[in-house]
Amino acid sequence: MPEMKNTVVIVGGGAAGMEAAGQLARSGYYVTLIEKETNTGGHVKDWYHLFPNSRDSAEVIEYLEKQIKHDNILLITGTAVENFEKTNEAFIVKTDDGKERPADAIIMATGFDLFKSERKEEYGYGIYDNVITSADLESMFRRNSIKRVNGEIPEKIGFVHCVGSRDEKVGNLYCSKLCCVTAVKQAMEVRKHLDNAKIFCFYMDMRMGGALYEELYRESQEKYRINYIRGKVSEVSENINNKLVVKVEDTLAGRPLKMELDMLVLMAGMEMSDGGSKVAHATGLLTGENRFFAPADHHFGSNRSNIKGVFYAGTCTAPLNVTETISHARAAVSDVVDYLRNGIK
Amino acid sequence: MEKFGFAILKERHIDYDANDKSIAEYIADREPTFRLCIECGCCSATCTTGTFTRFSLRELQIYLKRGENEYVRENIRKCMLCGKCILVCPRGVNTRNVITLAKQELQKTEKNAV
Repeated sequence: MPEMKNTVVIVGGGAAGMEAAGQLARSGYYVTLIEKETNTGGHVKDWYHLFPNSRDSAEVIEYLEKQIKHDNILLITGTAVENFEKTNEAFIVKTDDGKERPADAIIMATGFDLFKSERKEEYGYGIYDNVITSADLESMFRRNSIKRVNGEIPEKIGFVHCVGSRDEKVGNLYCSKLCCVTAVKQAMEVRKHLDNAKIFCFYMDMRMGGALYEELYRESQEKYRINYIRGKVSEVSENINNKLVVKVEDTLAGRPLKMELDMLVLMAGMEMSDGGSKVAHATGLLTGENRFFAPADHHFGSNRSNIKGVFYAGTCTAPLNVTETISHARAAVSDVVDYLRNGIK
Repeated sequence: MEKFGFAILKERHIDYDANDKSIAEYIADREPTFRLCIECGCCSATCTTGTFTRFSLRELQIYLKRGENEYVRENIRKCMLCGKCILVCPRGVNTRNVITLAKQELQKTEKNAV
């Protein structure tokens, strides 16, 4: 393979950044992969089993780690990219350790932040002990311990879909796309841990638009006896028995419904990452109404930005699942290679 | 005497925890497809009874699952068991068997049961 002298800086060492780094390195390019946390792996390493086939996320992490084991890759962790400047056809990337790193092209792979569920105060996260988030539940699965704060095993568990998504009140008009299937997966997972639990999902629409999602939904009803109630939970309170009381309209019955629960899981949506927003602000990379990076073209330029030589990979452009993220990262590499070889934007 | 309509109104909430879901459980145990309903309304759209009365099989199934059994008792007799709903259901719910099982179970608690 001919040696390429070009260096690509990748901002973010999650699934997208790691996949892109590996692909570029194997094509002969030099990669500087910069991750703000001390470990690579992004959000994937925080999940337990992945939909739709319950694969342990550790297997995906193992794959990604293998991708970035390459002599052409310089991995820098614990360092955040703050800014970059373009000089002639190259870039100087500035990090929060005061260093400047050269790049011929940049891939932004800054990912997403989970919606901070405290912002939906009416759901009581941070107020009532047994209101948790989907991320909290994943770590409970990992510890193999699904318990109320007082140590009791929960018998009735609710899931609230669309927390921080499709909600003008928090400024997020978009659908985070993955929370529905995550709720289905988590509900099934809870049932696997607690055979006698009664489980309810409160949803506005079941958005099962992914490979094998609908089948998973059906399986959750058939094999796992998950109950689905159409209606967005309006508020949660705690009663004298230390139970959570949810108020919801059962929109299919056309009547308000109240129910006591032992535990409530909030399906936190995805938002543009703080780190990505800061870089966008500092460099003039354009963002959309949803605050994610705005791709140059929705149909054939989802990896390109408004700055020639800067590309996007993964969930910094929109909510994506792991499969889509990895594909999007590979597509970004294809655009970068085109750009470096032929100057095609 | 003229009635002015002042009264203590019954709360409209579905009190899920207080309601008796045993009929729904009875049905689901014997006809597991009962769990598969996604409330699309196909059954109600094709239902002859629904064309002429306020009967909705979709709604009836929801009320069963919520334990609103008196509503079910009042309405279930409108079904003529023709089975058109089974033909159109995209989830393969055996709706006629759901109705039959519900009737069986409701009969046990009929006020004038022999």
